[in-house]
Amino acid sequence: MARAVSTRRKIATTTLAWLVGLLIFFPIFWTILTSFKTEAQAINNPPLFWGFEFTLENYAVVQERSDYMRFLWNSVIIAGGSTLLGILIAVPAAWSMAFVPSKRTKDILLWMLSTKMLPAVGVLYPISLIFVELGLLDTRIGLIVILMLINLPIIVWMLYTYFREIPGEILEAARMDGAGLKEEILFVLTPMAIPGIASTILLNVILAWNEAFWTLNLTAANAAPLTAFIASYSSPEGLFYAKLSAASTMAIAPILILGWFSQKQLVRGLTFGAVK
Amino acid sequence: MATQHSRSAARLMMAPAVILLLGWMLVPLTMTLWFSFTRYLPMRGDSIERGLEWVGFENYVRFIGSSSFWPSVQATLMIVGGVLLITVVLGVLLAILLDQPMWGQGIVRILVIAPFFVMPTVSALVWKNMMMDPVNGMFSYIWRFFGADPVSWLSDASVPSIILIVSWQWLPFATLILLTAIQSLDSEQLEAAEMDGAPVLARFWFIVLPHLGRAITIVILIQTIFLLSIFAEIFVTTGGSFGTRTLTYLIFQRVVDSQNIGLGSAGGVYAIILANIVAIFLMRIVGKNLDR
Repeated sequence: MARAVSTRRKIATTTLAWLVGLLIFFPIFWTILTSFKTEAQAINNPPLFWGFEFTLENYAVVQERSDYMRFLWNSVIIAGGSTLLGILIAVPAAWSMAFVPSKRTKDILLWMLSTKMLPAVGVLYPISLIFVELGLLDTRIGLIVILMLINLPIIVWMLYTYFREIPGEILEAARMDGAGLKEEILFVLTPMAIPGIASTILLNVILAWNEAFWTLNLTAANAAPLTAFIASYSSPEGLFYAKLSAASTMAIAPILILGWFSQKQLVRGLTFGAVK
Repeated sequence: MATQHSRSAARLMMAPAVILLLGWMLVPLTMTLWFSFTRYLPMRGDSIERGLEWVGFENYVRFIGSSSFWPSVQATLMIVGGVLLITVVLGVLLAILLDQPMWGQGIVRILVIAPFFVMPTVSALVWKNMMMDPVNGMFSYIWRFFGADPVSWLSDASVPSIILIVSWQWLPFATLILLTAIQSLDSEQLEAAEMDGAPVLARFWFIVLPHLGRAITIVILIQTIFLLSIFAEIFVTTGGSFGTRTLTYLIFQRVVDSQNIGLGSAGGVYAIILANIVAIFLMRIVGKNLDR
């Protein structure tokens, strides 16, 4: 039964919550707003919230001058590629751990989690060395492999927690009805596993898209994704606020939208199932 | 009813993931460990092919003995501690606020969570330029509006500035997890306490907070692991100057800027040990949860 709440109290909480929400969101809002201004208006004092000339020029300039699309494409390939590769490797592993658990399953899961705790900076040089030897430095395939490896524990864990929720009785029922192993997997398990797999993909695309240690350290001109592209704006020349805003807006927009769909999965994925 | 057959099939299905992660862990780790005991300066012609000179624990002693070590430990502790304090306290308050009935709850939630999805380089640059810039930043407008002199945040108050940026990024994570935990709280218990006349603070202290204990622990442990290795936020704002050189950043500079691989690797081993101490506590909680 919902608690009865006085209208006055509801107005108060609503106002407070909206104020806090807008305050937290402000830097993002301000960046998006500034991206539609001219450079002169972007640094106007007092700051302009309205009454400025709406322009899309910054977006055109960013694309033209720095070939934004190439970085975007690199981000898409790296985030998408590492996630898909990770899923291909993790689904069988999580599957077998959830449906054929052994005494060691728990230890293996915890050990996988522990590899996620390895501080990247501790192995930066060995990885660069291996990358140079294998010719992987500044290549997309190299980054796909690295990001797949750092996110693999999260992928396995998320899938495992989802798979474990699929009731085993349903398999027995299917077997009684005369389903073979193939039918079992294809028609019974897969449909039930798809939502979990989709959520896992979603969260991992976000994590890979925003990863900013390996992408900054292992790329230069060719394979640099958006994280590295934006970092190149840290030593600017001349007027650049509106352009920085346009570039930033384009870099975060796709993931902001994806992220809003994945709030629930975020909790499960990042706490390794400890909070649901 | 796992048969022998299905057991070996299961092992086969697990193999790729296990082998890959084992390689990912062992190969670079062994190399780092090896380098940390050698003199390895690629700029002076040292290379693996020519053989590295074994120097024992010299790098470990020098890393701790260097004048930048303790300041980096201090910076790390201040940043990690500051962010944890802010995100946990504000996270609890925000989670409670967002749990109240209100209009537009979904939209407010989206607004609060949004910073988590902003890539670290973007949030660092947006804060550095749009918010904290002493000439054109939003803060400088506000300061001047009230007749105060604008502050050069990232050089004069560098550590608090980094704490602010990183807290902004991680507050959504803490809030979201604590909100999920609050929503699992039995509302009848709260109602009963309310009817018995327990004041708001008492209800918070004796019912809500104990219920959140586990979630808070998890938030602290997971954030600590991520916060110990924050990189991009410092890389694009201060570049490690003005007292913001954390342990991670110091190791990065030893390896990349001064190309002293032996010394950097010794630092890396310290960082790995530190992260593992935190990790052990986290794994215990997660492990317990698996049994249920």
